[in-house]
Amino acid sequence: MTVTPARQHRITVTVNGESHLAAVEPRLLLVHFLREDLGLTGTHVGCDTTSCGACTVTLDGRPIKSCTMFAVQADGGEITTIEGLADPDGTLHPLQQAFWDEHGLQCGYCTPGMLMAALPLLDLDERPTDAEIRTQISGNLCRCTGYANIVRAIASATQRAHAERAPDG
Amino acid sequence: MYPAAFEYVAVGSFAEASEQLARAAGEGKLLSGGCSLIPLMKLRLAEPRLLIDLNRVPGAAGIIAQAGEIRIGALAREADVEASALLAASWPILVDTSAVIADPLVRNMGTIGGNIAHADPANDHPATMLALGARFLLSGAAGTREVAAADFFQDLFATALGEDEVLTEIRIAAPPPGTGSAYLKYERQVGDFAVAAVAAVVVVADGRIRSARLALTNAGPVPLRAQSAEVALAGLRVDDGAGMDEAAALAGDGIQPWADLRGGTAYKVDLVRGLAGRAVRRAVARALGHHELSAAAAHGGPR
Repeated sequence: MTVTPARQHRITVTVNGESHLAAVEPRLLLVHFLREDLGLTGTHVGCDTTSCGACTVTLDGRPIKSCTMFAVQADGGEITTIEGLADPDGTLHPLQQAFWDEHGLQCGYCTPGMLMAALPLLDLDERPTDAEIRTQISGNLCRCTGYANIVRAIASATQRAHAERAPDG
Repeated sequence: MYPAAFEYVAVGSFAEASEQLARAAGEGKLLSGGCSLIPLMKLRLAEPRLLIDLNRVPGAAGIIAQAGEIRIGALAREADVEASALLAASWPILVDTSAVIADPLVRNMGTIGGNIAHADPANDHPATMLALGARFLLSGAAGTREVAAADFFQDLFATALGEDEVLTEIRIAAPPPGTGSAYLKYERQVGDFAVAAVAAVVVVADGRIRSARLALTNAGPVPLRAQSAEVALAGLRVDDGAGMDEAAALAGDGIQPWADLRGGTAYKVDLVRGLAGRAVRRAVARALGHHELSAAAAHGGPR
């Protein structure tokens, strides 16, 4: 068999609204591409074994664990990382603000992953229950064990998002 | 953790994937969700020289009703199986099964075809497929063939797939009237593999169980049918809960689940006996159109 393992692949990915053209070796993991090639170090490497969720980003709107995907697979995709949440003027995303207000972080290591995992909950037609929130972040570990405030923060953000979308205001 | 270097190709069709497998001569691996393969590569337990990415094959992730069957593309994500209204209405056991695999983030990547073709005895879909009597479409250079789930799983991580074959579609007969189905899994924590899990499919008529099919996850090197339980369940009245528990408990006879960190053999056998009864009761309740408490499934105890 003739294989060329070292061959670089040219990929185009949109990260936080900005298009990037890059040459990547196939074995480059998406999380390393984001952190080392693009310098977006807000996405953390925790367990590196698909367990902890610290590396969560959204790909085409769905949260995924970026330690378990190769960058080359993201070719043509649209990625949002934690750096893409706040407004360019520094105004926090409602989910970030809720984590601030509800003390949803202690050491902060899991926080980017928690936020990216919880993001789809803000778009649901119905406000999620606490049980649904816990299920949604069940792939994200907080070793400070600060789950109660994390759930409270997400509930607060989803409540506000839902109220703002309600027809009666 | 970096995998060993490999060549990567994203194919545009299953035929092309098959050609690439042939070219790799045993050193190629198919990539779908990557949830099992990529961790294995990072640990260098797997070092394929060629990675064949199926994710760009068009039309390979559909979930449709056609020709009296439910047809699920091998690339359907677990999250899409979990959210499918068609499956919730026809074979809710598939929704049950996908919903207890790993966690929601992994389910956004993981595919039903990958879960089946990887043939890990701890994976959840194989037992469900066995209970459903599913058939798999395998496509290779010699053409496409259909293999029953019962013939597909051959040993630990070993399947009927030929060296150049790709699992492309799962086919399941539409449920006959009076059908109910459920998958019940007991795990130590979210994201873990099953300590034990039971797939149950029943057909109910005139207040009695007409037929039952039970299959077990992680009770042996391949998913196992629990035929003595199936025979004992047939004919029982649907309100005979104690009878159902007793008959379903036969699922623990003759199995030899290995002892590991998740428990000893005797404990796991006992767990199978208990889970089987609950899975059958849930399947029967669904066959009768009863509503259920989904919260009970999400918190504590078996999911």
